[in-house]
Amino acid sequence: MDSDQVTDAPIGPELKRRLRPGEGLIVASLFAAGALSIAITLGILYELGSESLLFFRDEAVSVVEFFTNTVWQPQAGVFGIWPLILGTLYITFIALVVAVPIGLAAAIYLSEYASPRVRNFFKPILEILVGIPTVVFGFFAITFMTPILRGIFGSSTVGFFNVLSAGIVVGILIVPLVSSLAEDAMAAVPNSLRQAAYGLGASRLEVSLRVVVPAALSGIAAGIVIAMSRAVGETMVVTLAAGASPRNFTIGSDPLFSYILNPFQGAQTMTGYIAITSSGDISYNTIDYNSIFAIGLTLFFMTLGLNSLSRRIVKRYRQEYE
Amino acid sequence: MSLTEQRSSPSRYFPSDDEYAGLLDKRSRRARVIQTVLLGALAVAVLALVTLLYTIINDSFGLVAQINANEPEDVVASFGYDPARVGLGDLTKDELVVALQGGIERNVGRRLEREQRFYADRLVFESQEKWDEVCARGDAPAGCDSAPRDHGNVLRLVEERIIKPDIVAATTLQASVTHPQAFKDSVRASFADNPERYEGYTYEQVRYKWRAWLSWQFVTSPSSSTPEIAGISTAILGSIWLVIITIAFAIPVGVGAAVYLEEFARPNRINDLIQTNINNLAGVPSIIYGILGLAVFVRVLEPVTSGSLFLDDPAPNGRTVLSAGLTLGLLTLPVVIISSQEALRAVPNSLRQAGMGLGATKWQTVRSHILPIAVPGILTGTILAVARAIGETAPLILVGAAGFITTSPSGPFSQFTALPIQIFQWTSLPQAEWQHLAAAASLTLLILLLTLNAGAVVLRNRYSRRSL
Repeated sequence: MDSDQVTDAPIGPELKRRLRPGEGLIVASLFAAGALSIAITLGILYELGSESLLFFRDEAVSVVEFFTNTVWQPQAGVFGIWPLILGTLYITFIALVVAVPIGLAAAIYLSEYASPRVRNFFKPILEILVGIPTVVFGFFAITFMTPILRGIFGSSTVGFFNVLSAGIVVGILIVPLVSSLAEDAMAAVPNSLRQAAYGLGASRLEVSLRVVVPAALSGIAAGIVIAMSRAVGETMVVTLAAGASPRNFTIGSDPLFSYILNPFQGAQTMTGYIAITSSGDISYNTIDYNSIFAIGLTLFFMTLGLNSLSRRIVKRYRQEYE
Repeated sequence: MSLTEQRSSPSRYFPSDDEYAGLLDKRSRRARVIQTVLLGALAVAVLALVTLLYTIINDSFGLVAQINANEPEDVVASFGYDPARVGLGDLTKDELVVALQGGIERNVGRRLEREQRFYADRLVFESQEKWDEVCARGDAPAGCDSAPRDHGNVLRLVEERIIKPDIVAATTLQASVTHPQAFKDSVRASFADNPERYEGYTYEQVRYKWRAWLSWQFVTSPSSSTPEIAGISTAILGSIWLVIITIAFAIPVGVGAAVYLEEFARPNRINDLIQTNINNLAGVPSIIYGILGLAVFVRVLEPVTSGSLFLDDPAPNGRTVLSAGLTLGLLTLPVVIISSQEALRAVPNSLRQAGMGLGATKWQTVRSHILPIAVPGILTGTILAVARAIGETAPLILVGAAGFITTSPSGPFSQFTALPIQIFQWTSLPQAEWQHLAAAASLTLLILLLTLNAGAVVLRNRYSRRSL
């Protein structure tokens, strides 16, 4: 065929771009699937917000009291969220004390020391640990951790429900999260840095602790914040092991270490309150029903804050190599 | 340390050979110690897992101190068999029915027969005229047109109604193996110290026997308020229904959203917002999804989720399988989207370009080339997400696994209980028997999840071997 003929020939109707309304519809529904996530967020915000508004409109409740009072007694109409926040933060703190050293050390070993065989042994174990449901960890806390703690410290000191047992088990629960996020951060450190350090005569330990960890610090910090957010939102372990009574306190008159920060007694958390209050047949439009939304809203913003903080850390302090 | 030491004392640029060897020794000793500490951290993680599994298995089996109203040996002997060689389960169905006839009140037997008859062709407790009369009524009982009870069912009735086992104490696997006598002594002492706890039983009636709390009977029996016969079949069925609804919702929507974001979305503000939002949703605690499910599915959409819009006998409220399944679907959605996106991103760009080059539209390329290649990756991520959903407890508590349920769910509009809920409820009860049941249920759940995870790993390995 002559090439001139091809270029000169008019484009026939069969070669023109065909309209495909079916395809437009498909793309539209794919977009709708993506946009549904926005609807979910809006739904969460709307529901939490509107029911919380009902809660705060109730004459027994005032916003100021909610965020300043250190007594939570729904039966008596006293709603101060601090005892629940105290429980949550205390358990989160203990969990981090357990999980950060173990998770970080595990990550350094896996990333810098382990041979592929050792890695292939340990990685699946950490993955199994991730896959175990939290309610099973709760069972573990009650049947194993609490009796052990009571055996060590004496059952007169350690209550059946206590913050320490819950905190340690939540810590075990988030170890794999800390270690895998820290390992990812260390894996992103370019090998040239390691090689340069080795070339200067540094040992493997010096390379790990003085070159790789500092270089990956932003990622590691971000991972710890994510783990913290996970611990704050953890429900089953704290509901089962930390008990159902909020630790009401009065600053000044209650002793700090033997009561307010006593790790051997129970303390209800925000998630624990939500779970316990709603586990019965809860009736709508009661103050109890509305209170779980107000606490949920607080919890939502706490975890959202932590998650955005983690992203901020990565964005702000990330070292761009090459 | 040695590097800084050298730097801080510039007069010693060149240490003597002995000093050099000493420094090197110190350095490598320190390195070895810290390396051991690092490895120790991993060992702690392994130890935690091993301890957890050990605790669960330890509580799932063990000795029990049991008091029977009638001994199974006596029942077997009453038919002239040698109790040493013939067990209760070896009796025929006819013999078991005879034993039942001899052991229970006639009106109790009638009730049992109305629930489900013993034989298709004859009646055991009820007279024929009365039966016909009852079955002719408008509210005929279930037994009128159901299949007759099988051997296992009658055996269970005999155990429940004739043997009437009552476990007065139970111990762990480890204690049963190492100190069985200590357990027996403690039961004896307990009988001697507070006999009023045992309501007229004497220590002589106690029989010690091995009990596997996790047994086939446990897996196939419905939940019950007596720990001796309680099982998890209702909970397992509930969990299966939940998984079906979760998958039906989360996979199409999740994969659709992932395809949109990876293949069609141009980088503009709306699409960026969607992406950020999905990442944020993945970090929202599961209990918040539970609150959302309670407010939206259980309460606002009650006419739909209870089935009252289109069923004659709807559930009394919106706390149904459908509500819970959709809540878990929402919870799983971000995870499914993110893992599907990763799978799509792993498909090489050359395929997209080849599709375009041949004049295919974007959707044609995606449907016939990109998606089929990404399917194993998508499936792996989805299985892991679903495994996570099966173990979720907190959102289910909120959307109302309504406490004590003994009937299996029959469809999306039934009230239900689920495995993790059952574990939660049993764990919160004080008596030791419930702890053993909780352990057995946990073990079942773990086996189920490990199987799913192993499936995902196998799929991933096959996929990576075939990777392009």
